[in-house]
Amino acid sequence: MFDYIWLVPVFPAIGVLINGLLGRRIEAINKNLIHWIACGVIALSFIVTCTIFYQLLQLPAAERLHQVTCFTWIHSGVLKTYVAYQIDPLSMMMAMFVIGIGFLIHVYSIGYMDGDPGRYYRFFVYLNLFMFSMINLILANNYLLMFLGWEGVGLCSYLLIGFWFEEEANAVAGKKAFITNRVGDFAFLIGMFLLFTGLGEHGVWSLQFDKVFTHVHLLTSSQATAICLLFFIGCTAKSAQIPLYVWLPDAMAGPTPVSALIHAATMVTSGVYMITRSNILFSMSPLAMGVVATVGAMTALFAASIGLVQNDIKKVLAYSTVSQLGYMFLGLGVGAFAAGMFHVLTHAFFKALLFLGSGAVIHSMHHAYHKVHSHDDAQDMRNMGGLRSKTPITYWTFLIGTLAISGIPGFSGFFSKDEILWQAYSSPQGHWLLWLIGAVAAGMTAFYMFRLVFMTFFNDCRAGEAAEHIHESPATMTVPLCVLAFLAAVGGYLGVPHALGGSNLFEHFLEPIMGMGDGKLLQDAATAVAHGAHHVVHAAGETMHAAAGHVAETVHTAAHAAAGHAEVEAHHGGHQPLWLEYLLMVISVALACGGIFIAYMLYIVKREIPAALAEKYAFIHRLLLNKWYIDELYDVVIISPLRGFSYFLWKGIDVGVVDYIVNGVARIVGWGSTAVRYMQSGYVQSYAVSVVFGTVVLLAYYFLKAL
Amino acid sequence: MNELGFPIISLVTFFPIFGALVLMFIDKEAKDTLRGTAMVFAMIEFFISLPIIFAFQSGTADMQFVERYTWVKSAGLSYYIGLDGISLWIFMLTTFLTPICVLCSWTYIQKRVKEFMICLLLLETAMLGALVSLDLILFYIFWELMLIPMYFLIGVWGGDNRIYAAVKFFIYTAAGSVFMLLSIFFLYYLNHKMTGVYTFDLLELYKLNIPVATQFWLCLAFFVSFAIKVPMFPLHTWLPDAHVQAPTAGSVILAGVLLKMGTYGFMRFAIPLFPYASNQFTPVIATLAVVGIIYGALVALIQPDMKKLVAYSSVSHLGYVMLGIFAFNMQGVEGGLYQMLNHGVSTGALFLIVGMLYERRHTRMIKDFGGIAKVMPVFATFFMIMTLSSIAVPGTNGFVGEFMILVGAFRSLPMHAVFATSGAILGALYMLWMYQRVMFQPLDNEKNKVLKDLNVREIVTLLPLAILVFVMGFFPGYFINKMNASCEHFLKTYDQQVAMYKQQVEDSSQAKLAQVMSANQLKSTLSD
Repeated sequence: MFDYIWLVPVFPAIGVLINGLLGRRIEAINKNLIHWIACGVIALSFIVTCTIFYQLLQLPAAERLHQVTCFTWIHSGVLKTYVAYQIDPLSMMMAMFVIGIGFLIHVYSIGYMDGDPGRYYRFFVYLNLFMFSMINLILANNYLLMFLGWEGVGLCSYLLIGFWFEEEANAVAGKKAFITNRVGDFAFLIGMFLLFTGLGEHGVWSLQFDKVFTHVHLLTSSQATAICLLFFIGCTAKSAQIPLYVWLPDAMAGPTPVSALIHAATMVTSGVYMITRSNILFSMSPLAMGVVATVGAMTALFAASIGLVQNDIKKVLAYSTVSQLGYMFLGLGVGAFAAGMFHVLTHAFFKALLFLGSGAVIHSMHHAYHKVHSHDDAQDMRNMGGLRSKTPITYWTFLIGTLAISGIPGFSGFFSKDEILWQAYSSPQGHWLLWLIGAVAAGMTAFYMFRLVFMTFFNDCRAGEAAEHIHESPATMTVPLCVLAFLAAVGGYLGVPHALGGSNLFEHFLEPIMGMGDGKLLQDAATAVAHGAHHVVHAAGETMHAAAGHVAETVHTAAHAAAGHAEVEAHHGGHQPLWLEYLLMVISVALACGGIFIAYMLYIVKREIPAALAEKYAFIHRLLLNKWYIDELYDVVIISPLRGFSYFLWKGIDVGVVDYIVNGVARIVGWGSTAVRYMQSGYVQSYAVSVVFGTVVLLAYYFLKAL
Repeated sequence: MNELGFPIISLVTFFPIFGALVLMFIDKEAKDTLRGTAMVFAMIEFFISLPIIFAFQSGTADMQFVERYTWVKSAGLSYYIGLDGISLWIFMLTTFLTPICVLCSWTYIQKRVKEFMICLLLLETAMLGALVSLDLILFYIFWELMLIPMYFLIGVWGGDNRIYAAVKFFIYTAAGSVFMLLSIFFLYYLNHKMTGVYTFDLLELYKLNIPVATQFWLCLAFFVSFAIKVPMFPLHTWLPDAHVQAPTAGSVILAGVLLKMGTYGFMRFAIPLFPYASNQFTPVIATLAVVGIIYGALVALIQPDMKKLVAYSSVSHLGYVMLGIFAFNMQGVEGGLYQMLNHGVSTGALFLIVGMLYERRHTRMIKDFGGIAKVMPVFATFFMIMTLSSIAVPGTNGFVGEFMILVGAFRSLPMHAVFATSGAILGALYMLWMYQRVMFQPLDNEKNKVLKDLNVREIVTLLPLAILVFVMGFFPGYFINKMNASCEHFLKTYDQQVAMYKQQVEDSSQAKLAQVMSANQLKSTLSD
């Protein structure tokens, strides 16, 4: 079955082709066919994925790597790249949840997009196209094909954010997302070039993961750092980290299923996936790792601070996504790749759930407003309230998601978040400050999420006369909610940490792709030592000194790798005291509970306080509400100068200088010709004068010469 | 004689003239007959050119389908034509684009249809001729011949400011060509001086060992001529005017093929003839290319006129091509060649798209549009596909070319490559911003609300290009395979020649040094 992995991306592509080319006709005949096709292809993909995943599990851990080459893509000289897929624990784990959640969201969209005639098919085409790109991103066995997916998902994101393009704001948000991502892609590309040429110097011209990672020791550490940092800049765009996170909150302009699928569960985590995929590379650069961890922690805190005061239900979730992604990078940065990926998984469950839940709320509100012909904002939480009784399924599932994201013990978010926080503190690259930032952000998360729940589902409804029209969403929407709620609740048990008596199945499953886990790096180091020894023999006598340096370096690499291995071992054995792990766990849970308690006090018990607080600390409130004015800052510092400069180039240089010279030359030639024209006047007299004058000059010349 | 057993290239090259002759005998009021006839000829032309692809041997760098007849024996002139991997695809692109140009002019051109179609067909012959010529004078004749129909296309069927644009186009390019002609003659006499043979045979002249100082000036003359055609910054200002004023078909040909004549000229003539000078010029050319990429993109960003925007984007895209060629490695050179084709497809299509809007609304100003996607969904889809191709999204042809160029450039000129890559951000910026303002946003202009979506003819015009975008994006191998041998040969001879000249320069400087030294020695012995 492994050899049929190409079916996984091909099915969605078929969906794109059918609905894309014939969608308008099909929709005119029978609208249901559209979603049957669109959901059907994803279901087929999912079935294939499940089969392959099952077969992968049957293999012993060491053999869980299979590559399938479909065809040569770009081949020119030493550059040879393939459309080829890789089956290993990491890619299959991602594929399972991405396609699974993707399927649920396709189903959900049937209900959500129901009232949008003429564009129904287009929505599903874009969704299918997104799945195609995302699957390529995940399953690719080389950086270039990954980049195809990487830009492809960005494109779909652009198309879907601006799906209701009549609103200028939506179109602008879509473009902003694409451009910001392009900035990141620029860095990703340069990183790829550097990697390609860096390894190429040693005769390894490849962008294929396994080849790159087995030869990664050939890179100098500064090369590795540069590559990692460039890759990470790519991630800050795709996964919305400081400083390129600005597009994600605006991306909420898209339909809510899109927010759930692309801007919460799958696409935005591809940065985390990419770094995990490249973990061997990143392990070479402690500096880059430090940057990743720091940026992650800062983003987690920063975004949470904005989330505290937002009133748009989706904006709150958007900032919470940015913040949660920050956690993931924090985990990666301290070397806890598995923990980071684990949070990707649990986050996908609960955040997809929360977004779909908010979508159900918005859908209900929208329909109610529609009934009473009101144009109030269906996404503003200040218009909601008391939905608990009107939309019970939505409420209960949403509550589960909220408990999960808040890190309440027992729910999925707890296990993954706690693992990251613990690693942030205890791992060799960790620091207590990183832990503290993470823990505080966790408390803020619990606060703003429960603020959201209380404002939306509790108290009295503030929707006015529309209130009585609010009712539960259709089954196509609530069933996915229930499935996701189940996953959000129990998904965490895949990776119960050792400290809690679990065996951390998840981490063990991913071990084969971790450089440090299965001794792959050790193996490489051994090769390097052999290589070094080879050099020694050859260089002996001539450059004893240099050779010695080389050996020292390789031995160092080996030692480093061994140390890495030892670290992993130590972690499993637990060289940090167990009580400390429990203590930190208790503190972070206490912070979360504190956040919930404050939210309860402010939004249920003493509801007048928030307004008073906002008034008292108006400056801070305004700062947070306006997102620290970062968008405005970018506009002043980058966008406006760029536009001004462009205008100067056009009017100043192009028209003012270059064309001025060109036209000037033409004019001079024109004047010259006009002047010369008088010579050919047709008057015999003037010709005669010229002849006489010429004769005189000539004679004078010869006379003078003769003298 | 050649692989197909009959003079296929001559047939393809001159067949359009036959078409033009037939058109002359048709009543000029029978517009549909004229259009139909032109279309039939353009299509036949395309189909008879197709066998060339299949008969083309990808394993060899030699000229193929060669035809050679002595023309003026005493002067060393010959009718010498042939194709190799460098010219093959641009040749095919030309025969492919011409029917599309006829189609897109179907209703766009209403006055002097007969003359228009004749111009178009003559232009095709001139372009094809320039691409296959292996004799310098023959090439020069076709090269200049291209100007005339194009001059008329702009000057007669152009917009309001057409005369200015046509004259500017003509003089700009002709001025450049003069230098090239001088240079050609100089080369001709130089060859005679060194070998005793009078010849304009390009492949013979390749072998000439030109003194370094002379080479520099000859090369400069060729460079200026080709750089104007490309156009390279800062010799580009004729392009926006020409494009804006030209009718759609003119713009498509201009962007699709004429500009490629410049980049092709570098690869076929300037570089192989003057390898050492090219090598010395590389930093300058590469820098100008990068400046062009960024400059073109920035200026495109704030254009109020869609067509002008696309024109400036051409400056940017051709900058990539130049950068690729002057990277002097496989990825760069093949990427450059590939990007020439891509640019022909995507920018050609963008001009078609702008033309279709213009035909409906008689304006090209971005601010006059908005929300068009709502009334013209099919059009919106094509426009989006071409936008994506233009900004090089992976999966489209644009990405393959740009990636290869950048990889190649990064290998030899890393800093240039980094700046060039940033052009990709700007590219997305200006294209998507235009798309947003034209196709998205509220549909608030009354005149736009009644616009009709594409008709069958327009869809047929765009569809082949849209298909090519994806075929070339996912399966570039088919195209690149046929370029391989020629590009390898191009690079190999370039490297050898440069090494040889470098050796010469070193030797001569050493000789000079030795001379000076011996003179000094002599002096010192004398003084002793």
